[in-house]
Amino acid sequence: MALIEINNLQKIYDSGEVQVRALRGVSLAIEPGMLVAIMGTSGSGKSTLMNILGCLDRPTSGTYLLDGTDVSKLSRDELADIRNRFIGFVFQNFNLLARTSAQENVELPLVYAGVPRAERHVRSREALIKVGLEKRMDHHPSQLSGGQQQRVAIARAIAGKPRLLLADEPTGNLDSRTSVEVMGIFQDLVKAGITVVLVTHEPDIAEYAHRVITVRDGHICADITHEPLDAHEQLKLIPDPDEELAKGGVPTSQKAKQAEQDASPEAPANAEAPSKADAADKAATGSAP
Amino acid sequence: MNPLQILIIALRALLLNKMRSFLTTLGIIIGVGAVIAMTAIGNGAQAQVEKSFESMGSNMLMVRSGSSRSGGMRGGAGSQPTITWGDLDAIKNEVPSVLYAAPSLSSSAQVMAEGQNWNTSITGTTNDFFAIRNWPIVSGRQFEQNEMKSGAKVAIVGQTVVDNLFGPLSDPLGSQMRVSNIPFEIIGVLKKRGTGGGGQDQDDAIYIPERTFRAKIQGGLGQFVRGMIFVGATSKETTSLAQQQIEELLRERHRLKADQEDDFSVRNMADMAEAMQQSTATMTSLLAGIALVSLLVGGIGIMNIMLVSVTERTREIGLRMAIGAKSFDIMTQFIVEASVLSTIGGLLGIGSGIGIAKLITHIFEWPMQVQPNIILLAIGFSAVVGIGFGLWPALKASRLDPIQALRYE
Repeated sequence: MALIEINNLQKIYDSGEVQVRALRGVSLAIEPGMLVAIMGTSGSGKSTLMNILGCLDRPTSGTYLLDGTDVSKLSRDELADIRNRFIGFVFQNFNLLARTSAQENVELPLVYAGVPRAERHVRSREALIKVGLEKRMDHHPSQLSGGQQQRVAIARAIAGKPRLLLADEPTGNLDSRTSVEVMGIFQDLVKAGITVVLVTHEPDIAEYAHRVITVRDGHICADITHEPLDAHEQLKLIPDPDEELAKGGVPTSQKAKQAEQDASPEAPANAEAPSKADAADKAATGSAP
Repeated sequence: MNPLQILIIALRALLLNKMRSFLTTLGIIIGVGAVIAMTAIGNGAQAQVEKSFESMGSNMLMVRSGSSRSGGMRGGAGSQPTITWGDLDAIKNEVPSVLYAAPSLSSSAQVMAEGQNWNTSITGTTNDFFAIRNWPIVSGRQFEQNEMKSGAKVAIVGQTVVDNLFGPLSDPLGSQMRVSNIPFEIIGVLKKRGTGGGGQDQDDAIYIPERTFRAKIQGGLGQFVRGMIFVGATSKETTSLAQQQIEELLRERHRLKADQEDDFSVRNMADMAEAMQQSTATMTSLLAGIALVSLLVGGIGIMNIMLVSVTERTREIGLRMAIGAKSFDIMTQFIVEASVLSTIGGLLGIGSGIGIAKLITHIFEWPMQVQPNIILLAIGFSAVVGIGFGLWPALKASRLDPIQALRYE
């Protein structure tokens, strides 16, 4: 049985004078254990589709069966409960609570699920180990790099053991190497049985998905299933700037570091410094449609 | 979510903005502090009034002659003597609820002693007077029976008179003083009383035997009591009864018909004390009312900060909702934050209120009295302020659309 099954989904935003038809009858089924990328330009309706899939919004018409339950007519609080138990969220800008430790950030959904304190500790720890941050559990978001912050966010999304993980431009604020690392984590999660649906506008990120769905003008205009790139294999091809430094290579110039920070203003000062090759790589792929 | 968890989340959020939380709380601290301090001072004043009336004798009645009437013009109370010495004896001996009755014949006179002179009031009375006024003699003695009968020239004086004639640390017992050129021997000094219920210095007085006053100062014995009669009822509770019985007795003795007005007046000190207390109580509630306004302003401060906080944390609220917080969870979080602010403010306010009241007492020597029910009221009110003014921001937060909130910049 499909984990997600949507049928003739429509969403119309009615702002008094103007009616915007964001989704014009979308039907889609997503099997469990898949990494699905949704692509589309801004205004294509992909964000609306994502919000409905994430139970943050309700469709104007059509049905949405999540794991066999029709969630298209549920109330606000019922949807909150579904989100808490079934769905994990990862955002472009991480959305971590400031001045709060990584572990406490990860525990947040468990707090709302009513999980007792001791169990919360165990589960948040497990989740942080899965994303490779067991040594930074007490760090505050400001003490973590962009990639590390996104990994905390992923740990938060999986701490509640959801069946579905929704990621909205998860690599949008990350450099290319960190992006591939994050995709590697997603691929691991998919292998562990979680279904991951991510929205991206970067085609090279979509390469790591089993299935790429393209949305345009409120319709699905392409739905391609292919063999995904293995993120862990790809990672070996990209030189690690930290390792380069360790080998006694030329340290990354201050200039390149500055350029990287300018490109992504939200990246913290101690973001993993990319090599020049890295930056060039990103520039080349980032501008491609 | 359990309540403890909500409280922890709220405390955490408040601690992230310590300075702001403190400043917000300050409004409530000042409000509650003002309420406590104001009522403490008001209640203190009330207690003081009560005490000063009690010192005058709370089960005391005053009987005076009625007013004169000549043509259409009426004189004041006591202008027409109607109370006789026989009436005084009857009040003392025939009314069961009366314990003491003493005449009080007063005039003012120039007093001289040891080259000093002083103008004070001189009162002819009996030993009963000191019993009614509950006023002990600290040194010396009362009038003796033979002194009363013979009209001896002896005097019992108040401390102010002693201070002005002989100096504060002197012992005037046995000394001579001249009252309107008549020599008197001082046989007793009254305990210091201070200011009375009417604002006069009670210690600025000389008391001599009633017969001496009539013979030497008033000039002539006469049949009427040219002054008033102080009556001491058997207890505070029987004061009103005594008043009624005295009125009946005097009407009968003066042979007044049913349609005739009283030709005398009986005043009840308990009633006067009550009236005074009511006026101080009014003042207290007025002060408390003003203080409550500042508490209200403090509450508005909380609302203001909570609204700012909700706006500032829109993304956080969106995130909490996305990962499963229900509207109720968000609402309680903000209400609890507001309540914690106001409750902490309330507790600190109680402390500072008591502190301020003590300080004022210390500096200005005003009496104060902190009442436990006012403290409970202040805590209750500040909690209500917190919940009341936290409600709107909390509702605003709980009604946010998670999608919009997450996108908020």
